[in-house]
Amino acid sequence: MTWVLNNLGLLWELSVQHVVLAIPPILVGFVIAVPLGYLAYRFRLTRGLILTITGLLYTIPSLALLVVLPVFLGISLLSPLNLSVALTIYAVAIMARSVSDALGSVDPAIRQSATAVGFGSARRFWTVDFPLAGPVILAGVRVAAVSTISLVTVGILIGVQSLGYLFTNGFERRIIPEILAGVVLVVVIALVIDYLLALLGRVLMPWSRMGVSA
Amino acid sequence: MIEFRSVSKVFPDGTHAVDDFSLVIPARKTTVLVGSSGSGKTTLLRMINRMVEPSSGEIEIDGESILSRDPVQLRRSIGYVMQNSGLLPHFKVIDNVATVPILTGVPRKTARAQALELLDTVGLNRDLANRYPSQLSGGQQQRVGVARGLAANPNILLMDEPFGAVDPIVRADLQQETIRLQRDLDKTVVFVTHDIDEAFLLGDQVVILEKGAKIAQVGSPTEIVENPASDFVADFIGIKHGKRALTIKKTAHGSILVDSEGRAAGVLAGEAP
Repeated sequence: MTWVLNNLGLLWELSVQHVVLAIPPILVGFVIAVPLGYLAYRFRLTRGLILTITGLLYTIPSLALLVVLPVFLGISLLSPLNLSVALTIYAVAIMARSVSDALGSVDPAIRQSATAVGFGSARRFWTVDFPLAGPVILAGVRVAAVSTISLVTVGILIGVQSLGYLFTNGFERRIIPEILAGVVLVVVIALVIDYLLALLGRVLMPWSRMGVSA
Repeated sequence: MIEFRSVSKVFPDGTHAVDDFSLVIPARKTTVLVGSSGSGKTTLLRMINRMVEPSSGEIEIDGESILSRDPVQLRRSIGYVMQNSGLLPHFKVIDNVATVPILTGVPRKTARAQALELLDTVGLNRDLANRYPSQLSGGQQQRVGVARGLAANPNILLMDEPFGAVDPIVRADLQQETIRLQRDLDKTVVFVTHDIDEAFLLGDQVVILEKGAKIAQVGSPTEIVENPASDFVADFIGIKHGKRALTIKKTAHGSILVDSEGRAAGVLAGEAP
């Protein structure tokens, strides 16, 4: 506890860095996952392909990915971009599947009804299918967010500062409170972001609380 | 006027849903397509707004083939009311009603103002405007569905078993409302149901369908009851043995009418009981 109190400044700084590293991969991953998820939902051919590839991507160990990516991207192993790309890949792997499942979960009767009253296909997608898939998509985003926040810590192995520093430093210097502080802070950040996402969902999708099945 | 000319529909799985179907649906009247499941009645209805494309034959609206129209534009010009309301669960009632005008480019404000008036037309309280469909009863949802169907002021209104999922009391209410609306608004209504009583109640022209959308009989309810074209029709409308097969039964207190099950259906009016 003394260690924690003596290092509040460091903990705060690392927490901010951690959040700053975690957010872009979640946002970029979402933007990439929507079209991929749509393709996987819409066409049988792309479905197997996309879901298999994204599923496999998620199984690549993060450390291996961090070593391999610079070779493909032509960037330094130690670049923060390397970590961001890796985290984005994992986020896409989670969210593409959930976008695809979410679109598949929209009641076909509602989809048909929208077509019957004269929605064109693009307009129907953005104003009917996509919002109605929202709750399931959001569930995927929340998983991806929590997973990304926890994965950011791996970045310390290639020198990208985050709460992961507390793990390596605490381990090397045998300071158990430092490691525990790292664990607690990662969990707290994950819970806060998760709560904010849930709140965002309630604001954007007020109808979803009314016991509506999409 | 809507005209079907030798229309057939074979679904990809080989089902002949509609086989060489021809019919004239007069303007400003209610035509009811009635038949049991598998009679192709919903398929026929959906062909009118190109939700289902015929395999062969032609469908014309006011002399113009619907195949020459853009399907999306065509659907916006035709009101559509379906079973379980088909409302968009994430739109408030008012926005559900205003859907089609907004699709056609009417400013949101104007469309909402008109939608409020339509709630009056279908007998709904304006207080419901900002609720979501799931917060309404089944009967209220159907009324919203009807309001949405009327919102773009279409000449044609397609109704696909709209009252099939509501309880009998609400259904009777909605049927009366439909009759009133039709009297006031003078639309060409095509109504699909499996309920012959509903068909006789609402239809100016009733089309009784057998399997494969084969027309068993077309006519006014009176014509059909007076002169059923076949045993199938007589059976279907219940004049062979059913609640329309009435016989006079003399009782100590005068004559009553009983159906084929022997249940009293009414008295012979004019005769002192």
